[in-house]
Amino acid sequence: MKITPFNSFICNKYEQLSKGLFTTNDSRINALHDKAVKCFSENGLSEEKIDSIQQFAINKIAETAYTIQLTPAPYRPIEEYFRCKIQNIDTHMFAFLNGWYIHKSAPLTIFPNGVIVGSLMEAIKQYPDLVFPYLAKENISSNDIFLALNEALFIDGLFVYIPDNLQVSKPMQLVSIIDSKENLFVQQRNLIIVGENSSFSFVQCDDSLQFGNTFLNNVTEIFLHKNTRFNYYKMENKDANSILINQVFVQQRENSHFFSNITTFNAGHVVNVLKVKLLESFATAKLYGLYLVDKKQYVENQIFVDHIAPDCHSYQLYKGIADDEATANFNGHIVVRPNAQRTEAFQINRNITLTDNAKIMTKPFLEIYADDVKCSHGATTGQLDDEALYYLRSRGICERNAKMLLMFAFAIEIADSVEVESLKARQYEMIQKRLSGELSLCDQCVLHCSHEKLLEFDIDNIFS
Amino acid sequence: MLTIKNLHVSIKGKEILKGIDLQVNRGEVHAIMGPNGTGKSTLAAVIGGKESYEVTAGSITYKGKNLFDLSIEDRAREGVFIGFQYPVEIPGVSITNFMRTALDEIRQYRGLEPLTPVEFLKLMEEKKKMVELTTKLTDRSVNEGFSGGEKKRNEIFQMALLDPELAILDETDSGLDIDALRIVANGINQIKNENNAIVVITHYQRLLDYIIPDVVHVLFDGKIVKSGPKELAYELEEKGYDWIKNE
Repeated sequence: MKITPFNSFICNKYEQLSKGLFTTNDSRINALHDKAVKCFSENGLSEEKIDSIQQFAINKIAETAYTIQLTPAPYRPIEEYFRCKIQNIDTHMFAFLNGWYIHKSAPLTIFPNGVIVGSLMEAIKQYPDLVFPYLAKENISSNDIFLALNEALFIDGLFVYIPDNLQVSKPMQLVSIIDSKENLFVQQRNLIIVGENSSFSFVQCDDSLQFGNTFLNNVTEIFLHKNTRFNYYKMENKDANSILINQVFVQQRENSHFFSNITTFNAGHVVNVLKVKLLESFATAKLYGLYLVDKKQYVENQIFVDHIAPDCHSYQLYKGIADDEATANFNGHIVVRPNAQRTEAFQINRNITLTDNAKIMTKPFLEIYADDVKCSHGATTGQLDDEALYYLRSRGICERNAKMLLMFAFAIEIADSVEVESLKARQYEMIQKRLSGELSLCDQCVLHCSHEKLLEFDIDNIFS
Repeated sequence: MLTIKNLHVSIKGKEILKGIDLQVNRGEVHAIMGPNGTGKSTLAAVIGGKESYEVTAGSITYKGKNLFDLSIEDRAREGVFIGFQYPVEIPGVSITNFMRTALDEIRQYRGLEPLTPVEFLKLMEEKKKMVELTTKLTDRSVNEGFSGGEKKRNEIFQMALLDPELAILDETDSGLDIDALRIVANGINQIKNENNAIVVITHYQRLLDYIIPDVVHVLFDGKIVKSGPKELAYELEEKGYDWIKNE
């Protein structure tokens, strides 16, 4: 048995929580926690398998006095204190504050059309037969410390159930807010089930209002039944002191269509894990991502697409810009299993570095065991095109704005993938603001608050 | 308006221009002709301010200012326009945004208010007609997927919109069929007036059937070896560049 400060930290927190602070007495949940915490108490962590971000997190936990908020804050309407720029999309909004579901007196809402949304723990109490066939279906492998961590210590998360044959037109938005001067440690566990022939869009945002050194480790499990369409949008705007681990596990049944767009505007330390299992034929997964990092920010995207059944399609396009001393890491892995004939799987990662000190690491990776497949992967990292810059400047556009136009053009290809029009417009605006240094001027973001607005130019679409 | 004196330019240590002298006045059209590889495009690039060219001797004065003191964008804001031989494709940047940003910056430099969206749109439509551009430009990225002819028409469209005082058109006629050549030439002729000057760089005399030059220069081996009236172009077409080489 190996006891590191990290392991003992986890075990201590577990001890603390298991004295009645886990909010359910369901033995199955307790068994989940128990099993996961053993990853830390019995085997410890094999140091050879720990990658750099895991090491960073382990060190951070060793040196930071993280605390778990043990009870929810008294109820206040979210509008009173949350005014982030990502808001204002026309959605049904549900929010978590410091790891706790915000609600007035209804931890679980059952809509007339059969949709159920609310606290996962409440759903376990009220609808255990609905939850347990889906919860924690992802096996924890030995080096999956963030998943194990979440499973050991999660207190709550969002539960969404969409019944069969329902087209939900208005997107649902989940906002996870950190508002605390404490160094908060939050493990949020979300579960989304989309019934047969249904369609649904989900927007997930992570924001910080006040910032101690927060450690937010989310797990979201998504189950897509036959003939479903599901759009997953993730937007991240985190301060420099925070660690955000966002893990999404998707399982797709026959002819289901999964679309994701994960956009990181500011990172601190962000890891996005996206694992998609194409379990039955004719399922498709389209995965888009954009990351814009500067200063000393770190963003990592780990993608794993598992082609298990034949005749499935997957497509990945991830793009990023790294400025200053920022680091971006793309790790894309596609496996085509022996049975997955006629698979089409594509993966592209494109990056721009703006300085000599910005770092891009990219690892496109294909593993193919079937012989009748179409697959490709590719990665590029470069600078802005000098010829294009010269061309723009030769028409009177200053160098700074010329660069801005090129970066914007590079980035919006990802925003263009968004199907929800209001969200697309929002993303355009945010990308523009981010690139012009304006997003950080938001009074709720610490990142570059001293920066002045240097730009006089405006990208708009008034004519289109 | 433009005075070039004894201009020597090198790229990576290799001398391309070996002492150019040129005087261009307002209201004039100059043609610079010459065989491939004699430095015609280098001259356009140096006037445009493209980096990677080293000026080893000589001067360029534009409207009384030392052109080398001006950044690429300030040259444009002072009224210099370079029509590119190979216009760059810029995926994702719409022509509308490109031109609107450019015009706003130019107007700001000159102390003018930016055009309102309606004014800008009107101006754009007007100039599009000038080069018979019918495509909806807002939907298209700069030069992306354009045919050779469309790219050149787009250059002249930009020129019309930005209304320069000095335009250097680098082989604007190359790659054009007869109809496109006529359209481009008509566009240039409409822009031309007594306050601006146009320098067309070309291999062939055929463009000069449409755009009548006041002076024709022959550039050979980095120098202007002969200058004369428009008839010089016909003589060149007839006798070929070997005639110049042999002289």
